[in-house]
Amino acid sequence: MARRRTAVGVSVAAMSVRDTIFALSSGRPPAAVSIIRVSGPAAHHAGEALAGRLPLPRTAALRQLKHPQSGELLDEALVLRFDSPASSTGEDIVEFQCHGGRAVIDSVLGALGSLDGLREALPGEFTRRAFENGRIDLTQAEGLADLIEAETEVQRKAALASAEGRLSMQIELWRERLVVLSARAERAIDYDEDDLGADEALLSECNEVASELQDWLLRPRIDPLKDGVRVVVAGPPNSGKSSLVNAIAGSERAIVTDIPGTTRDHIEVPLAIGGLPILLIDTAGLRETTDTVEAIGVERAAALTQSADVLVWLGQPQAAPNHPRLIRVHARSDLPERRRPPLPLGSVPVSSVTGQGLAELMNQLRTTVKTLLPSEGAIALNRRQAALIEEAAVALRDARNAELVILAESLRRARSAFDRLTGRAGVEDVLDALFGRFCLGK
Amino acid sequence: MFDVLVIGAGHAGCEAAAAATRRGARTGLLTFRAQDAGQMSCNPSIGGVGKGHLVREVDVFDGLIARAADRAAIHRRMLNRTKGPAVWGPRVQADRAVYQATIGELLRENGAELVIDEALRIMTRGGRVAGVETTTGAVECRAVVIATGTFLDARMFIGDKILRGGRSGEQASLTLAGQIRDIGLGQGRLKTGTPPRLDGRSIDWARLEEQPSDCADWTMSAFGDRVRQPQLRCAITRTNARTHKIIEANFARSPLFAGAIEGRGPRYCPSIEDKVKRFAGRDTHQIFLEPEGLNDPLVYPNGISTSLPADVQHAFVRSIEGLESVKIVRPGYAVEYEYVDPRRLNATLEVREMPGLFLAGQINGTTGYEEAAAQGLVAGLNAAARALDLQEVRCDRRSSYIGVMIDDLTLQGVNEPYRMMTARAEYRLSLRADNATTRLGSAALAADCVSERRRRHIEDHLTRRSSADWPQTDEGRADALYAPYVERQQREWEVVRRDSAVWLPRDLDYAAIPGLSTEMVERLSAAQPETLDHASRVPGVTPAALSAVYVAANRRAAA
Repeated sequence: MARRRTAVGVSVAAMSVRDTIFALSSGRPPAAVSIIRVSGPAAHHAGEALAGRLPLPRTAALRQLKHPQSGELLDEALVLRFDSPASSTGEDIVEFQCHGGRAVIDSVLGALGSLDGLREALPGEFTRRAFENGRIDLTQAEGLADLIEAETEVQRKAALASAEGRLSMQIELWRERLVVLSARAERAIDYDEDDLGADEALLSECNEVASELQDWLLRPRIDPLKDGVRVVVAGPPNSGKSSLVNAIAGSERAIVTDIPGTTRDHIEVPLAIGGLPILLIDTAGLRETTDTVEAIGVERAAALTQSADVLVWLGQPQAAPNHPRLIRVHARSDLPERRRPPLPLGSVPVSSVTGQGLAELMNQLRTTVKTLLPSEGAIALNRRQAALIEEAAVALRDARNAELVILAESLRRARSAFDRLTGRAGVEDVLDALFGRFCLGK
Repeated sequence: MFDVLVIGAGHAGCEAAAAATRRGARTGLLTFRAQDAGQMSCNPSIGGVGKGHLVREVDVFDGLIARAADRAAIHRRMLNRTKGPAVWGPRVQADRAVYQATIGELLRENGAELVIDEALRIMTRGGRVAGVETTTGAVECRAVVIATGTFLDARMFIGDKILRGGRSGEQASLTLAGQIRDIGLGQGRLKTGTPPRLDGRSIDWARLEEQPSDCADWTMSAFGDRVRQPQLRCAITRTNARTHKIIEANFARSPLFAGAIEGRGPRYCPSIEDKVKRFAGRDTHQIFLEPEGLNDPLVYPNGISTSLPADVQHAFVRSIEGLESVKIVRPGYAVEYEYVDPRRLNATLEVREMPGLFLAGQINGTTGYEEAAAQGLVAGLNAAARALDLQEVRCDRRSSYIGVMIDDLTLQGVNEPYRMMTARAEYRLSLRADNATTRLGSAALAADCVSERRRRHIEDHLTRRSSADWPQTDEGRADALYAPYVERQQREWEVVRRDSAVWLPRDLDYAAIPGLSTEMVERLSAAQPETLDHASRVPGVTPAALSAVYVAANRRAAA
């Protein structure tokens, strides 16, 4: 009954080791400025490794951040220093206020992770340390935890405040059904003298719940709303990917906050098309690779294509990768040799130079992207919720064709997933349901 | 002077005395009457789902219950055959007389000394147990196990008749009950009931559905050398609309509904009047007619425990098919008794505030022979440990039903009689009745409480597990069947184990921990968790409270 664990689902005792932890403690990139915090006994050491001499306690200084091993320049950042116990966690702290691009943040986090004794913080761990070191009391800790939650899900809270209540209700309905099914299985195990084998009705109800959960998992998620729908532009070298990306970005006057360096293996452009959040991904960075590196590049492109919510393909139509949401583009349609009919059927002819076809492409993009976003006011799952519901669905599917005690175990697993979803506990609920609904005993 | 003195010779007491003796303690077993040792005062069956698991576990430590059950078995059934080996429940109907005789014999073999007397008071010296005062004088000892079952200030109800006593025709321990209350252990009252006993010769067996004994050759004890008794048949009958009507018409005469009984009864073993009232929609309830012995015409009608007046019992029983002209030998009755709050005990079943005092069995709020025997085993082994300064024996939830039960009792307490159910064991798939030796063999050897024969059996068994033919054995096949699930549970267990390593000091003052709400302080103070993992399983304790406790414990450790 591993229940009622800590708020973040991590064993309390696991926290006892005093690692030095770090994390991006401002909101998701891209942003104008991002704050990366390091807390723990090795924090000052880590700060020096990246920024050189640290400023005096409780003061800030501008420093160049360099990778401790390669010496590569990562960013120019404002560095702050706090000494234990006069810090928000009660430990030594170094804070980097960096430029808010994803590439910069990734590189600084990567550099910190390469240092001995440092690890990325678990959710809520800074707050926990503050609490453990007596910097804040319990009420404050709980309040802060809420606040942190709200910060990362601010869009969700704003957009779907009303839907949230309905989601909780839906989750509660499922949970109750699982409790009743569990109680039925447990009753059959602990009290049925008749040894009649599988309970078909019970099995089919489990399947029913499983397929309902599966339906929900297919619905649009909340995360694309926050992070943008991943639209990957792919195709062979020199097929016009970058030009197309620039054309799309330009035509929409999108706010492009991330101008990455060529060292990145791909380019991500967050933008909004018709108010829909999109993360436009250009696989261009991969094209100039050769030899063995080429192989790695192809692999990465394949991975990106895999992770695409929408795939925009610029190569030969018949060479397009298999993808459920594929838009074929006949790029560089202004070139004479590409203007000659017959134009490939089902491909949108687009010229990044003249802008011809761009409106049609944007239209198709909008329509496709829309199907991936929850409609306004609809109930949508976030990644965590989806993962837990998936866990429950998988557990229930496992139960098919199994003996009763394994079915009961599957139900227990499914309930445990829901318990973690809602923070509620289990066994007593089942026993209550068991005793409340059935006449037991001989 | 004894090392260990056990008060009460029921299933907990006998097992405790035998266990203490096996660890080398000079042990006395104190009882009102010699013939009471090992008496089955309720249903003559032993084992079942969850309970059978307990019996097999006690057997690994060379306990008595499995061997006695095998020798007395007159009907055997392996329950849950189709539901998976994890929940197979071996159960036997035992001949009452043979069972009792066997327990007496095993006790004598074992060397525990019977002391016929009544315990009046626990004597203490410097806050520790020093002996027991009886009606004839003082008996000194280093550790005491109280296993008085329902006998603490017990009251019996048959309709509006109220008698003092824990079992039909026997006395109750009033003085001892007073002292237990004085120590502050008293918690409340619970209720249990029995059905009327029928004369089997007046039952029309021919009209009833038979329930034959299993043909398969299995035994409760790992030592399958039972004296095979002739196997009898049980039968099944059912209540009907007329039965229910008779019962309904007499609700007012039931001490249960009239409010005379204040103790809470088990929800899973309700009296027939309770069933008729709470499940008014059901027009019939099953009754199992179980013979009590080979040379005994008594039949136990399992399913109709009642405290209705004798004349009502007579009327409703005779409305049932096959029982139309049945003779009631003894009417059913309800017993209300005092129990202590098991949260005052630690995992060795020793009272926290009084070193040397152990409690086992129904007094801790449980019900059932198997539950009692398992606690008796743990209390006896640890009472010997206390008296002779040996290693404590603790069982955990991961590896035994005994561990599940003691963990539930000492952490969560009870508010209705506690019965073992497999639903209570989250690691159920690895806690099977067929692998008790695998799970507990090493612990039994470490406790140094087993015979030479058992030692060899355990060692052989553990060696065989790594042999090539293991996957072809029943146990090996079940291991393979559940392996993927058990692996997943192993990961869950790791979390528990980590938190178990965080010990909470006994004198931790929860009220002084900043940030704990009054409710949390109350829950934690009552439960007195020994580790952080225990604290996490105290009902209602929040993650936030856990962190506060964790920090406080850490500060203490650092200071």
